[in-house]
Amino acid sequence: MNMDRWSPVILSLVTFIPLAGALLLTLLPRRDRDIRVFALVVSLLTFVLSLHLPVHFHRAQAGFQYQIDTPWIPTPDIHYHLGVDGISMWLVVLTTFLTPLCVLISWKSIQQRVKEFFILLLVLETAMMGVFVTLDLFLFYFFWEATLIPMALLIGMYGHGRKVYAAVKFFMYTMIASVFMLAAILWLYAKIGTFDFVTIQNAIRAGQVANFAGAAQWLFLGFFIAFAVKVPLFPFHTWLPDAHVEAPTAGSVLLAGILLKMGTYGMLRFNLGLFPEQARANAWWVMILALIGIIYGALVALVQPNMKKLIAYSSVSHLGFVILGVFSFTPAGLDGATLVMLAHGISTGALFMLAGILYERRHSYEISEFGGLASSMPVYAAFFLFMVLASVGLPLLNGFVGEFLVLSGAFQARAVYGVLGATGVIWSAAYLLWLYQRVFFGKIMHPVNQTLSDLDVRERVALLPAAAAALVMGVAPLLWLNAIDPAVHTALAPFEQLASKVAGQ
Amino acid sequence: MTPNLHLWLIPLLPLVGAAINGIFGKKFSRQTVAGVALSFSGAAFLKVLAVAFSFSSLAIPHTETLATWIRAGSFQADFAFYLDQLSLVMLLVVTGVGLLIHVYSVGYMWEEGGFYRFFAYLNLFMFFMLTLVLASNYLLMFIGWEGVGLASYLLIGFWFTKDSAAAAGKKAFIVNRIGDFGFLIALFLLIKHFGSLNFEVVARSVSPLSPETGGAGLLTAIGLLLMVGAAGKSAQIPLYVWLPDAMEGPTPVSALIHAATMVTAGVYMVSRSHVIFERAPTALMVVAIVGTLTALFAATIGVTQTDIKKVLAYSTVSQLGYMFIACGVGAFSAAIFHLMTHAFFKGLLFLAAGSVIHAVGGEQDMRQMGGLRTKIPWTFWTMTVGTFAIAGIPPLAGFFSKDEILWRAYQASRVYWATGLFTALLTSFYMFRLWFLTFFAEYRGTAEAADGHSPPHGHADGHRGIHESPMVMVIPLVVLAVLSFTGGWIGVPGSLGGSNRFDKFLGAVFRSTTPALDPQQQAAGEVTSAEKETEAPEPQSGHATELVFSGISVLAALIGFGLAWLLYWRNPLWPQQIASSLGGLYQAVVHKYYIDELYATLLVKPLIAGSALILWHGIDRDVIDATLDNSAHGANEVSDAVRHMQSGNLRSYAGWVAAGAALVIAYMVWMGTR
Amino acid sequence: MVPISYYLILSGILFACGVTGFLIKRNIISIFMSIELMLNGVNLSFVAFAAQWHALSGQVFVFFVMVVAAAEAAVGLAIIISVYRTRETLNVDQVDLLKL
Repeated sequence: MNMDRWSPVILSLVTFIPLAGALLLTLLPRRDRDIRVFALVVSLLTFVLSLHLPVHFHRAQAGFQYQIDTPWIPTPDIHYHLGVDGISMWLVVLTTFLTPLCVLISWKSIQQRVKEFFILLLVLETAMMGVFVTLDLFLFYFFWEATLIPMALLIGMYGHGRKVYAAVKFFMYTMIASVFMLAAILWLYAKIGTFDFVTIQNAIRAGQVANFAGAAQWLFLGFFIAFAVKVPLFPFHTWLPDAHVEAPTAGSVLLAGILLKMGTYGMLRFNLGLFPEQARANAWWVMILALIGIIYGALVALVQPNMKKLIAYSSVSHLGFVILGVFSFTPAGLDGATLVMLAHGISTGALFMLAGILYERRHSYEISEFGGLASSMPVYAAFFLFMVLASVGLPLLNGFVGEFLVLSGAFQARAVYGVLGATGVIWSAAYLLWLYQRVFFGKIMHPVNQTLSDLDVRERVALLPAAAAALVMGVAPLLWLNAIDPAVHTALAPFEQLASKVAGQ
Repeated sequence: MTPNLHLWLIPLLPLVGAAINGIFGKKFSRQTVAGVALSFSGAAFLKVLAVAFSFSSLAIPHTETLATWIRAGSFQADFAFYLDQLSLVMLLVVTGVGLLIHVYSVGYMWEEGGFYRFFAYLNLFMFFMLTLVLASNYLLMFIGWEGVGLASYLLIGFWFTKDSAAAAGKKAFIVNRIGDFGFLIALFLLIKHFGSLNFEVVARSVSPLSPETGGAGLLTAIGLLLMVGAAGKSAQIPLYVWLPDAMEGPTPVSALIHAATMVTAGVYMVSRSHVIFERAPTALMVVAIVGTLTALFAATIGVTQTDIKKVLAYSTVSQLGYMFIACGVGAFSAAIFHLMTHAFFKGLLFLAAGSVIHAVGGEQDMRQMGGLRTKIPWTFWTMTVGTFAIAGIPPLAGFFSKDEILWRAYQASRVYWATGLFTALLTSFYMFRLWFLTFFAEYRGTAEAADGHSPPHGHADGHRGIHESPMVMVIPLVVLAVLSFTGGWIGVPGSLGGSNRFDKFLGAVFRSTTPALDPQQQAAGEVTSAEKETEAPEPQSGHATELVFSGISVLAALIGFGLAWLLYWRNPLWPQQIASSLGGLYQAVVHKYYIDELYATLLVKPLIAGSALILWHGIDRDVIDATLDNSAHGANEVSDAVRHMQSGNLRSYAGWVAAGAALVIAYMVWMGTR
Repeated sequence: MVPISYYLILSGILFACGVTGFLIKRNIISIFMSIELMLNGVNLSFVAFAAQWHALSGQVFVFFVMVVAAAEAAVGLAIIISVYRTRETLNVDQVDLLKL
């Protein structure tokens, strides 16, 4: 069967099948087990379909592939325009990869209002993928905001502790920041007459946009502030620890694994893609904030007594690396940034899953509640160590390649960026290994920990794909870089022209 | 036609063994686990031998590329292996000594829990170390570099229920990471300026540069940063602090990782990068100075330690310092020579120490030992060979390698030589001190220990009293003793009638790209720059001087022996009296100059306290979050104020409507009159 | 001819009485009567102007206003009855909870 036949519609299928599944779920009767199985089937189906994307991707071809472009609303001129390049394709696959794992990990921990939970999860999946595949600015904003509602509900309904505070903080903070992006989008529409990304990009490059030079900095900032809050970039990061700690496990996994990448993806696609000159002009303070994020995030993680908050701050640190790479404007930097995005999604997602497994048993994330767990839960300890090593950036696991390339690129941009960023390897080892030691090594301090059950089959099935992916990505990153590198070169083309323009003056 | 030797098998065989034991080992019997571990590391050793035998028929250097690992823009790094004389020597040492220690471990760890885990980790270590040694580019070497750090972490913390072991493993990893930070910056510099991390490409790009043509600044920076990495991995000042703590791990681990192989990775890396260092005289000088200081510093501490493993640990740090002195004066093949002989005798010493500890039921304090000479003869005699070797008594291996270093050091600077000589004296002293305390006089331990019931240092044992180790542990000791005795004979210098075949063998590696050298300048009594040395063979006229210096070294060793004999055999009460009379100085030395405490107070505690109080509570909670919460509060307050408009009272609404209408009418009237 | 200002002043007085009553009175029916008063004041000024400008549209508008006033009175009185039934009072100050 010629699978290529599916290429014209594959993006629509992959994006909306979860939504269709969610709608079907509303019709199903409230038998919890059936609901879970159905959700698992839908998310697995989406994952399998999404594999079509890398398999049939034309690596040498630059630009967007699998494009679907149909006019949708005539006034204002909104197209249903979907398409992926090497970078967004892998982010889509990451999304479809993590969602079934989230379904598996929530199997036992969600016992009330199960139906609503999985409906929200599937709707969230569609919204997240929509962000990555759409090439129309209106649709982008639509999907961007659409991710907020299911996630806020997931945190507020199924979380614990100060869940409502965390959900409201997450929702309000991100939405207010996004309003600036909306303003920028509307300005662009007013001046260019379309929401289509490619058209807008070409118009800007050709210099056909009236009053552009005066407004460009504000447009850049408008987009930037929305993405900066999402990433999160210091000092806009404080919603993240609260949201993560109080969220249910699946919420944390998707929040850390995908939602944060929406911010960095947005910066790459829009800030760099539409406003290269402003990006270059503003890079200096963005890099400083990224460096602060790396070091500050790591140091604050070091002193957290709550396991999930520690992992949350480690996300701040890791995403700092991504920004460092993106704004270095070097191939190594952007390649590395994309790889860190993918690697972080897998390793931090897995760490959250592991924390959730422990919570199911002991209903606590406090590190002081544990200690010596390697004796009672050896398999769990092994998985945890594996993901800690991936997070710490051990070579041959997925974290290293991206981190190395990012730092190399940052170093090429300006040596001091690379040097300061490289200190991150010391801090990450410090907080992660100290966490591991306090939780797993030593004697068992609390007798209740002695009888904890090790991982069961379901939990192993949920964790194994992440571990395997971490290993394969570390050993054979070319499988991913083959598609990412050409996309990065396309993204960097205007910067090389800028550099030669500056040099030629 | 370059034959494909399938070099990739060498690291991968132990990896397979690690995977099998790691995943399935829990269900295997001990024999199966041991069998798997020994077969795969043995197979790697055989493969290395096969490569060694066919070595002369190969075109050297011989490279094999397995696959591309990373390609980003113009940067590429491959899974590619590089075989030359240097890597062959390292391969033989790593697989040979490694296999011996694997065999020994079967006996040592037989009674321990986690048997399969131990051998999985040990094989994993072999995989990473062999990758490090065979790598053809710095990035692949870095995989091995970090990987051996991981294996070290896992093995130091093997008895993880013990808090001190877990902490020691974490400390090792983090301190190593500090070194890796320097290493990484060096790699970035290499990529930025030379576009590649491949050894051959870098060597080609660096060769035309020389200190005069302005490449010095860059190369010095790269060299210094590489040295930072080496200082972390090879436990030099200021990053040596993890190695003594690493003695928490089982003794075979100390032998293999923290004596024979992993800690030598820094020396190997510096030697591999000799092209860079030879063109950066300042960097070389720093290397030599660090080596000299570390050698002396660690030796002084070793003199006062009472734990048999700690003495050997500080001795290792000190001997590594010697290797860096050699590198720092440009005598890279001498450094590798000493690396090899050190692997033999230090590995032997650690294994024998393990045998001693095994014999006395887990006791590691030498003050509780004594008189073991007749009770554990095999251990005694092999350890004696090791002790004589490290002290530098001819014709054992340590003499030749140490002597060559001292001779080359003298030619660069008298300060290096003098310090090295004094350190050799101290080395001899503390090693014979160990020898006398452990094996001579009467047994000072408790009765329970003699019956094998003393509290184990994580080392469980039967109830058999002081007993010799089983053959599976003794045979590796014997093999290593033979090697410690004869290992130096391939490096006999011309002054003693030999042809120094070892130096010639490695010369091909180090001679190829040496630039023209500056003549030595020596200010009186001061360390100077430009300490580069050619590897050209010694002229006949230098032989007599060299013989004199060899004699001086032997004399120093004998003085050390004499002092130890005096203080620990003849007059055993004197050491205590000397220690008390030295008072504070002695206390400082025995507490390792309080360096660990210094690091804790100056670095660790402020970092944690600062992060908690200033960053987390101060900035994150009280500034950023406070701003957010306050702005939310402010919005609430405004709402509260405005809320009062919506009173539900119809007449107040009516009032507002009327007021608004009046305003509008007034405005219209006003507009109309304008 | 009576000057138009007389009509307008009368209209204004009526309107002012209506507004004052609307603002001051507490009985909801009194408030409604004030509203009717306001509307009639406006009607008067419409008619006055229609007479002056000889424009029929003013008087047509009066019809509109009267119809709307009638409809409004019908609906308003229905609401008053509903409120009275549940709240037992016609005092507008006591019906301030916006819910029935």
